[in-house]
Amino acid sequence: METTQQHTIMKEEPVISIRGLHKTFGNLKVLKGIDFNLFKGENVAVLGKSGSGKSVLIKIIVGLLKPDKGDVFVLGKQVDKLDRAELDTLRLRIGFSFQNSALYDSMNVYQNLAFPLTMNVKNQSKKDIDDAVNEVLDAVGLKDKINQMPSDLSGGQRKRIGIARTLILKPEIMLYDEPTSGLDPITSAEIIELINEVQQKYNTSSVIITHDLTCAKNTGNRIAMLFGGKFIKDGKFEDVFESDEEHIKGFYNYNFIQ
Amino acid sequence: MKKTKTKKYIFSKGIDDYFTGVNNAWKFVTLFFKEVSKKPFHLREVIHQCFEIGLKSLPLITLTGFIVGIVFTKQSRPSLEDFGATSWLPSLIGIAIVRALGPLVTALICAGKVGSGIGAELGSMKVTEQIEAMEVSAINPFKYLVVTRVLATTITIPLLALYCSFFGLLGSFINVHAQETSSLLTYYQNAFSSISFLDIFASVAKSIAYGFTIGIVGSYKGYNATQGTRGVGKAANQAVVLSMFLIFVEELFFVQISNWIRYF
Repeated sequence: METTQQHTIMKEEPVISIRGLHKTFGNLKVLKGIDFNLFKGENVAVLGKSGSGKSVLIKIIVGLLKPDKGDVFVLGKQVDKLDRAELDTLRLRIGFSFQNSALYDSMNVYQNLAFPLTMNVKNQSKKDIDDAVNEVLDAVGLKDKINQMPSDLSGGQRKRIGIARTLILKPEIMLYDEPTSGLDPITSAEIIELINEVQQKYNTSSVIITHDLTCAKNTGNRIAMLFGGKFIKDGKFEDVFESDEEHIKGFYNYNFIQ
Repeated sequence: MKKTKTKKYIFSKGIDDYFTGVNNAWKFVTLFFKEVSKKPFHLREVIHQCFEIGLKSLPLITLTGFIVGIVFTKQSRPSLEDFGATSWLPSLIGIAIVRALGPLVTALICAGKVGSGIGAELGSMKVTEQIEAMEVSAINPFKYLVVTRVLATTITIPLLALYCSFFGLLGSFINVHAQETSSLLTYYQNAFSSISFLDIFASVAKSIAYGFTIGIVGSYKGYNATQGTRGVGKAANQAVVLSMFLIFVEELFFVQISNWIRYF
């Protein structure tokens, strides 16, 4: 998280810009007027307790959920105002890595990776598809798993294939939903390294939703702390956790990072 | 999270939920008709589903159709013997199988085998976020998963019903042949002598309706599954129960309509 890189990033136009975002489920107000920017080339880690609305935030960004109030601009497009075709065009520029990987169980690794490509890119030869699949498998270091079924993969391998599936469409923005949840520390470290490699290699801007401080510290150029439906702190990791705010302190102490 | 004031219901929670459910099901059906005519058609997936639904059901349909033919013949023979009318057996069985038993037995078997399979598969995809994964990959999951499956059941179940009727008549022939010597050709000629074009047409038409019902109910229940693995089981179960119920309602409707046309 170099300071110079941070300054360069901030000069750019935001690739995601959110103003006054509200979202309620039934009687539960999850997001209460959120403002958020993601700049080009930046990794932002969104921290918060389970149920604080972190996943809701990225689902609204990608158009899976509609906001009740507020404006959400992604790559210059107002997400909730797009029709199906326009939203699909925008989604091709966004990669979404699910918490539980969401690999298609009925397809093997090759088919999982080739599926978004064959469905979205016309007139692709078999060789083009094979090359693209091999490239992303190489990027996530799992070339030898090409013919395996998702049920035969470990949790970490599934996460990697899930990330590879999003990379195959060469997204400009990556949204990671709890990328290290349910993984052991060593596998978590590998996923963290992969997130950083993806940013470098594919020049993506990323939002990383997590409650794992190690992940947030090592992937985020900036940390945004979500609590009670609002961002209560936003800044570099050290600045955020220097705060005396009770919830931030509690979060830090609970995670106990070295 | 701060809680807002308690939600008010128009009638009561149960009644409101019922009408919301009916409205959602209606929207689901209309969405199918809206999407079915739009590109892309995913023909390869439709063929794949036809194979999964149709070809893989053939052994079960063959055996069941055959047994139904034998059992129905065995049950009918004593009554006809009392009137010295066993020569009417092929006609009676032909009418019963082509008009009612073939399509109905096929639909009930497919509601159990195919409907539950669709409900469980889509339900499992829903609760494991695979449907959302398709959505964010700019693939229309409704079109790819629902439209293809409903088309496949609508195409294959009428074919399976005709196939089932054929094997039902074959089972009946074997039973008749065991009692009194008769050739297969003569038996089929006798069986079809009482069957009109309207019978075949009505049989195919209702099988199309059954196929559509099985596909759409299974897809609706699976696509809207909630509550994790428990929801998957519930979706599969409800897909079978609701589609079987609707098949009987449709059967009643088709019998009324075809009788009305027949005696008009």
